[in-house]
Amino acid sequence: MSFDFGSLGAISVISLNFMVPIALTAIGEIFAEKAGVVNIGLEGIMLVGAFFAILVAWNTGNPYMGLLGGVATGLGFGALHAVISVWLKGDQIISGVGLNLFAIGFVPFATFAIWNVSGVFPPVSFSFGRIAEISTPWAPLSYFVPISVGVSILFWYLLKRTRWGYQVRATGENPEAADAVGIDVEKTRIIAVLIGSALAGLAGAYLSIDVVGQVTKDISAGRGFIALATVVFAGWNPLVGLVGALVFGYSQGAATWFAGVPALRDVIPHADYLLSAIPYIATLVVVAIAIGRRNAPKALGVAYKRE
Amino acid sequence: MKAAIPSGASGILSSLAESVFAAGVGFLASGILLAVLGKDPIKAFYYLFEGSFGNVTNITITLAYASPLILTALTFAIGVRAGLFNIGAEGTFYVGAAAAVAASFVHLPFGLGLLLILIAAGAAGAAWSVPAYLLKSYRGVHEVISTIMMNNIALFAMQFVVLDYLLDPTRSDKSSSIPIDARFPVLISPNLSYAIFFAILVCLGVYYYLWQTPGGYELRAVGLNPDASKFSGVNPRKPMLYAFLLGGITAGLGGAVEVAGTFTPFAIYTGLSNLVNFGFNGLAVALIGRNHPLACVVAGVFFGALQAGASSVQILGISFEIVEVVEGMIVFAVAAPQLYHMVRSRMK
Repeated sequence: MSFDFGSLGAISVISLNFMVPIALTAIGEIFAEKAGVVNIGLEGIMLVGAFFAILVAWNTGNPYMGLLGGVATGLGFGALHAVISVWLKGDQIISGVGLNLFAIGFVPFATFAIWNVSGVFPPVSFSFGRIAEISTPWAPLSYFVPISVGVSILFWYLLKRTRWGYQVRATGENPEAADAVGIDVEKTRIIAVLIGSALAGLAGAYLSIDVVGQVTKDISAGRGFIALATVVFAGWNPLVGLVGALVFGYSQGAATWFAGVPALRDVIPHADYLLSAIPYIATLVVVAIAIGRRNAPKALGVAYKRE
Repeated sequence: MKAAIPSGASGILSSLAESVFAAGVGFLASGILLAVLGKDPIKAFYYLFEGSFGNVTNITITLAYASPLILTALTFAIGVRAGLFNIGAEGTFYVGAAAAVAASFVHLPFGLGLLLILIAAGAAGAAWSVPAYLLKSYRGVHEVISTIMMNNIALFAMQFVVLDYLLDPTRSDKSSSIPIDARFPVLISPNLSYAIFFAILVCLGVYYYLWQTPGGYELRAVGLNPDASKFSGVNPRKPMLYAFLLGGITAGLGGAVEVAGTFTPFAIYTGLSNLVNFGFNGLAVALIGRNHPLACVVAGVFFGALQAGASSVQILGISFEIVEVVEGMIVFAVAAPQLYHMVRSRMK
């Protein structure tokens, strides 16, 4: 088995591109969870975001409109999650399960209903006039990579250094106290959920428009769940979240790369499946050894009912 | 993250009403979606019903789909009774199915093969649920996080196991099939096996354990009020462990029922395509069944009917995934019981 810096470079670029959807989704979810609302339906939001992005881009011929379509989808489903879990004081986990179930069914159902094809649209990967890319010696790097870095720094700054971020954290730690000092708990939570879901929708749009060039019914491929893992892995810190997304992006990039190495295939056939499990195992190990629930917002997952 | 548990006669009536309401909301919202996309919702739901209960064959398909769903529903229901949010049935179901296929490699006479398959699947399911218990009990890791991770680990690990250890030597798209003498005996040919009675029997067993034994009492007591039961001398770790183990066993058995008791190829497809979503659908079954083992049987048949009817709606140019759309909408409605109470108070 030969190893050279060329393939390392290629893996790195692929991994950085893989990092993007996990990073965007995880950072958005960190923000929402800091306000006390967990959304395990991110996987589903990513999926419907990818779908509507293609729908919009296909009909307008503009990939950037497609990206906006993904964000709007995220906002729409975020609003549904917020209405159920914040306004109706429903169960956040059950609502998230509903989102995932709905999305798994909706995308192939609507793909067939609208375009009369099953599973994949457009049938052949389509270049939507491509989102601008940075050229490197190995593979094109998406502009979303620096954008993700920017988003991570921005959300870290918002949470740690601004008054609004302080209000968000107070809402997730101790909603009664936050309410007592005049913070509108419900409004803060709804906005945080919307922001988190919008980023998940954008991540889905990035996948369908920028990476794949089509929408498939399994385009999100567990990334929403990896993002949830990243949130815990990162101890709810957006900067660490970016690093976690990079680590998990690398494990996906490595899995893709290893699948094509004959020498390794002969020693452990289908090793790429085991590599794909790494993010989840890593998260369990990290939470078991280091974090536990120490950094989790105290009121996470609990609807706030004013006494 | 706690689901409501009904109690008393009026409680049972109002939870029945809530479940019916949720199903109604699910159908209404899906109907609107169908209409928006230019499909006739009334026709679609008629075909859905016809395909699930229209004749004896369709009813047997409904019951065949219901069998594994009833078992995965128990996982979530038992968890809620112990105050847990165990959403690990999905991955445990894969593990149970893989263990069942692996156990079928041992050939035993007189139906002992099936017994071995069930023991292997139940044991594998129980073992798979231990990490979530340890993480919760000793490290304070919430079971939602740990079971999501375990589900995804199972997804990849079991694909690996199927490809590298269980693959059918003559085919590349599925595992070896379970031999005929190790399957559940056929009840009504060709679709329905005795697996449906096995699933109901397990429900009765879980019901008996939860309501008629001291262990079950402790489990429910911890679920209702962990602090109070601690003061009364119950170590909450033991009932918690039992809830995880029992939930693992039922989901593992569900996997065995799917590969040894329904009409699918009595094997696992390499992408686990005939296993995915049984765990999450089971969760929805438990929600509609209000986390009661006996009500889960009824709710399981309801969801089995949806699955069975799915292929019939395809005549109308609607893909069978509409069923998951309906299920998703129903789960949304279950997530917000407030919605029901708001609508009810408006009507008064």
